Amino acid sequence: MDDFLRVLLLQEYNTRLVVIGTVLLGMAAGTVGSLLLLRKRALVGDVISHATLPGVGLAFLFMMMFGGSGRWSPGLLIGAAAAGLLAAGLVMCIRRTTILKDDAAMAIVMSTAFGLGIAVLGVIQDMPSGNQAGLESIIFGKTASMIRSEAIGIGITAIVILVSCLVLYKEFRLLCFDEQYAGSQGWPVMVLDVALLVLGTLVTVIGLQAVGLILILAMLIIPAAAARYWTDRLLMMMFMSAGLGALSAWFGVTISALVPRMPAGSIIVLSSSVFFLISLLLGSRRGLIIQIWHQISLRRRVGRQHILRAIWECSEGRSSVHRDHLIGMRSWSTGRVARLLQAARRRGEISMDSEQVILTDSGGAQARDIVRNHRLWELFLIKHADIAPTHVDRDADAIEHVLGLDMVEELEAALSQGDTLPTSPHSIAGVQS
Amino acid sequence: MTWMWGVDDWIIILGVMAALACAIPGTFLLLRGMSMMGDAISHAVLPGIAIGFLISGTRDSSWMFIGAAVAGVCAAVLTQVLHRFGRLERGAAMGVIFTTFFAVGLVLLVQTADHVDLDPNCVLYGAIELAPIDLVTIAGLDMPRSFPVLVVICILNLGLLLLLYKELKICSFDPAMARASGVNVTLVNQIHMIMTAATCVACFEVVGSILVVALLVVPAAAARLMSDRLPIVLILSLVIGSIAASLGHLAAINVPGWFGDVPETSTAGMMAVMTGVLFLLAWLLAPRHGLFTQILHRWRLRIRIASEDALGLVFRSIENDSGMTRIDIRRTIVSFTEVGVVIAWIAVRRIRRDGLIDLKDNRCVLTEEGYRRASELIRSHRLWEAWLWQHADLAADHVHGQAMRLEHVTDRSMREKLAAQIDATGIDPHGRPIPSSNPVGDGGPERSRP
Repeated sequence: MDDFLRVLLLQEYNTRLVVIGTVLLGMAAGTVGSLLLLRKRALVGDVISHATLPGVGLAFLFMMMFGGSGRWSPGLLIGAAAAGLLAAGLVMCIRRTTILKDDAAMAIVMSTAFGLGIAVLGVIQDMPSGNQAGLESIIFGKTASMIRSEAIGIGITAIVILVSCLVLYKEFRLLCFDEQYAGSQGWPVMVLDVALLVLGTLVTVIGLQAVGLILILAMLIIPAAAARYWTDRLLMMMFMSAGLGALSAWFGVTISALVPRMPAGSIIVLSSSVFFLISLLLGSRRGLIIQIWHQISLRRRVGRQHILRAIWECSEGRSSVHRDHLIGMRSWSTGRVARLLQAARRRGEISMDSEQVILTDSGGAQARDIVRNHRLWELFLIKHADIAPTHVDRDADAIEHVLGLDMVEELEAALSQGDTLPTSPHSIAGVQS
Repeated sequence: MTWMWGVDDWIIILGVMAALACAIPGTFLLLRGMSMMGDAISHAVLPGIAIGFLISGTRDSSWMFIGAAVAGVCAAVLTQVLHRFGRLERGAAMGVIFTTFFAVGLVLLVQTADHVDLDPNCVLYGAIELAPIDLVTIAGLDMPRSFPVLVVICILNLGLLLLLYKELKICSFDPAMARASGVNVTLVNQIHMIMTAATCVACFEVVGSILVVALLVVPAAAARLMSDRLPIVLILSLVIGSIAASLGHLAAINVPGWFGDVPETSTAGMMAVMTGVLFLLAWLLAPRHGLFTQILHRWRLRIRIASEDALGLVFRSIENDSGMTRIDIRRTIVSFTEVGVVIAWIAVRRIRRDGLIDLKDNRCVLTEEGYRRASELIRSHRLWEAWLWQHADLAADHVHGQAMRLEHVTDRSMREKLAAQIDATGIDPHGRPIPSSNPVGDGGPERSRP
């Protein structure tokens, strides 16, 4: 329990550093990730991160050749960044000069670069001075053993990335949503794209030390994808994504410090996956539950409009209608009609006398409006879209449920109909005229 | 490093088998625009391997294979589900799923690391170098344990290809058309995904889970640049994959020696590098889509156009009686068209060498053949000028530039159609005569003077 509190309250100097460093990394990755996601470049992060491996290896060999120890970490990181950018450039180059598509270009560069990285590491391991180079930790990361200077470096770079994202916010927004418009307004689209890739590369390179090159992609994509379910606004999405990234980084580091044998990188990713799952289900803009709810309420609205229209059209609002008569009006089952009628009675739109259905006053008025919308739309289609009167019922049916009030007014004006109820332009199924 | 029979030959055989197995699903991944799916599946098999491992507790069991295959297929299906119902872009959906799977796999591996010896590195990079040591005896023959697995997966992939060739082809090129003609596209896609996952799992032991992507997609991409026909692409990707695998091992045991006293490096890594090298060659040199081929093609086109322009200049110079030297012609071409000095020089040299012009007092004159060709060109030019002036409402002083471009792509039948559509005055908008369609009969170059 003491341990728990000590970690949670950041009482240890080392834990405090690691937590602050990774939380800032999570924020930076989330922010850049939301831009990459909207630019449809999510997997470019994967290419960059895989390509850093040969970069690190070659930088190591290079520094060895000039008599250094080869393990000077800024040098390794510069190598990683250069290789990452080169790979991103190569992807663009392949896409522009060949018939191959985006995905193929990324897969080619990524796998070849990674193979080169492994081959270079193989050479380094067999060199007399190269063993225990510890270069492999960049594949899986080593959050727990992060040292002070590394944590500070990560923190500072992350802050720089965050500030650049905010400074270039307006430009990036245009780039992500309307590249052509941005180009036509004179924005240097190419330069902005490169700037975004540079930011992505920076995140990847500082993330190597924390979560390793495979999982850094998760820190870029998952918080951004999760934030997308909650909002349609870029700034909001960036803030949420940064927040989720920071929160999962904090969870990851804390849990891995508390529970033995829990690699921090993986736990960071898994916590963000949990946030993603929650957002996927509950997200207020595009979440699955809200989508299903929209569908159900739409179906309910359509059902209500159909039953009221059917009752009205059977009787033109005057007399009662037998229930069995309604079943013949559309292709619906006995059970569905019974359910719809019950729902309508609960809303007080109809009253039922054994099998006879009668519209109440308020129900009658609403039914009249619904029928009127339908017929106005039918008339419009006949008059302006050249659809035969016998075919118009279905087409109007497909669209009448989404007619707003202003639309109905426009239809009235276009057809010069006052507040009257036009007669149906076609015979109605199940009604003798 | 010297060649060791019984070790190195087995390594190459295993590599080639892996390349052959990967080429078939890989080609269709490429064509369907799902190249990164190989990457996603190969990362996602990690938890399956770990769970299979936990169940059996040993390395050489079918549990691991089954676990990996299940995890791979799950990842592929989940990606599709997330893409469709979660309305997430396919790449992002892939990234979310496979990194999550990989993280789960890592946690499981670290949890079990104490009582089993499964090294994540082995899963990532494969252990092809150790394969010849790990032998089994089947039908009285000693062979590496992974050999029969690879043979089976090769035969399965080949069988599926032959069985479903038409369906795979139509689903890759035009899913909508396939659906309309009654092919169960979803089923074919699922079979393809299972095929890919099984191939990844079978090969990960040999080349590692990440380098499988190199064998899946890179040879197929190189083959795609070489040909536009599916059967040829398939065969080429098999060939390129095998060459890359063989070269990869040779490079792994030879290349490190160049950098000092290093015995060898990872064969799997070098195989991936070699696929990249072969791709680079195809990118540059492929017959139709190669970069050099395209540049060469463009150069030849520019030289042809410059030669025609030079010939036209000679014709005009005779027409205004202002004889031009070769230097004049080169200067005029460079200053009035977009070509450089080198191409202008080559162009003038070419029309001289082809016997289209001759020199008289250092001035250029047309030969009989040159006159015929030049008047065809000038006829095209002036017919276009007249047509553009009369039918496209272009001002007379604006038609020259357009005609300059169009004259190079106009053949005889086009000329006759143009001639039929313009007023038959025989004069272009600038007042110069349009050469007749049978120039040689009208008395040679001297007669073209006004």
